[in-house]
Amino acid sequence: MEKTPLTGSRIRSYRVDRGMRQAELARACEISPSYLNLIEHNRRRIGGGLLVRIARALDVDPGYLSGVAEVRLAAEIDAAAETHSEVAPERGQAEDLAARFPGWSRLIARQYRENRRLEEVIERLGDRLTHDPYLSASMHNVLTSVTAIRSASAILAQGDDIEPEWEARFHRNIYEDSQKLTEAAEALVSYLDRESGQDSDGSLPQENLDRWLEGMHWRFDALEGNAQATPAEIVEAAEELKTNAARDLAHAYLAQYAKDAARVPLDVLISSLEDGERAAEIAHRTGANLSTVFRRLAVLRSDETPCGDVYGLVGCDASGTLTFRKPIPGFDLPRFSAACPFWPLYRALQVPNTFIEDTLKMAGRDEGRFQAEAFAETKYPQGFGGPSVTEAWMLLRPIMDNPPKALQVGTSCRICPVPECFGRREPSVFA
Amino acid sequence: MEERKVLLIEDEPNIIEAIRFILSRDGWRVDTHSDGKSAVEAVRERAPDLIILDVMLPNRSGYDILNDLRGAEETHDVPVLMLTARGQTKDRELAERLGASRFMTKPFSNREILETVRELVG
Repeated sequence: MEKTPLTGSRIRSYRVDRGMRQAELARACEISPSYLNLIEHNRRRIGGGLLVRIARALDVDPGYLSGVAEVRLAAEIDAAAETHSEVAPERGQAEDLAARFPGWSRLIARQYRENRRLEEVIERLGDRLTHDPYLSASMHNVLTSVTAIRSASAILAQGDDIEPEWEARFHRNIYEDSQKLTEAAEALVSYLDRESGQDSDGSLPQENLDRWLEGMHWRFDALEGNAQATPAEIVEAAEELKTNAARDLAHAYLAQYAKDAARVPLDVLISSLEDGERAAEIAHRTGANLSTVFRRLAVLRSDETPCGDVYGLVGCDASGTLTFRKPIPGFDLPRFSAACPFWPLYRALQVPNTFIEDTLKMAGRDEGRFQAEAFAETKYPQGFGGPSVTEAWMLLRPIMDNPPKALQVGTSCRICPVPECFGRREPSVFA
Repeated sequence: MEERKVLLIEDEPNIIEAIRFILSRDGWRVDTHSDGKSAVEAVRERAPDLIILDVMLPNRSGYDILNDLRGAEETHDVPVLMLTARGQTKDRELAERLGASRFMTKPFSNREILETVRELVG
């Protein structure tokens, strides 16, 4: 086995690899070329600040020059070799490999570490499936409801001599248990979604923004009327925003909010609603874009709307990815997976600048109808010759009456109970 | 012929109703009990030929109840069919170790439960 080179030899090797002349490196480290020459020939001991300066000039970790990192790297390569001994790696030459091919060695070590990390994640998730009390209780609820439905439906399917009273009772039981099953499965999927989001370090920028906006109730009085704060000031004060990416998203959102608030002031909006106007009419009268009016309506509190309603709002980009979520009770919005393709939001995306309106009902729920208004607009940030950017918005409002015709939609395929849906893109957990 | 008695210890009303219906039609008298804490006393009072025991009950686990039943002379030999939503090997092993006559995971079929009950009190 080749002996691990000394620090000076390593410095020389890295310098030559980088095509640097001795004088050039010496100048960068503020030492004489002759002193560097002595170092490179292992005739002067080196450490401390000078080693760090040389490492910086060579753009390498000081540990690789001193040999400490090399030893560590060799140990990791050796550990990786142990996990795949069937491919018969030359176990005694790990140190040699680390010295001669540090880049390849780092790759092997990194892949080894990543494998270890993934194994730990798998172990943790496996453990959670077995021991997590919430998951266990949720699964128990799902299976209990399934058992009750299966038993009752088998009785109804097989028995032709069931008394009408029992028949009615089992029909009612199936209905009750299917409601329970829907709730249990939805709770389970939402829990799993939340957990998987946290596994990816809990600070996904869009997730972080969504949580913050929810905490602020999507309303920023400091940007209304005579604005008392700037978007930057609000973002700066928001401790809940954990990353720069989340703060950037929040800033963009608030900048749009401020523009919208100036375009359609709160008092105009409220008085328009009192006059019975709806989004399209408000847009027409104020000259604002329909998307702007949708966003403005979504900031209203229940005491600011005539019927005490609160509006929900969903936004998406041209890929269909949801970029904004403000849910309302009874109309759940997916947190991670893509939404139901039958949402008018996506119809609007297909025909920009066209007002789309529909009455919706949520699959699996008997109660609740929603008025959905959707609109998409296409912009050309670099002029008409450049690429276009399309953004769609869907405003949601609960409606009290129960219109006979309502389009059935879901939240997302994963938790949608509709068995034979021609828009389905993935199996449902109810299948 | 003397009526055979099953005591169903389960807290989910719609499952109780379905099992009661299936077994009653097969000639069984079905008594029910929904609370874990007083389940052992209920078994002593009713003296059933067979017990169907859910694992997850309010106030006390089905495993603890089974343990008590097997430790008492008058209930030591009564067949117990355990019902659970968890079908893992260790749950099954625990039930067997505590003396369950049979272990059935939810969701089960009506035929399955009927045949098992007939078999256990054959």
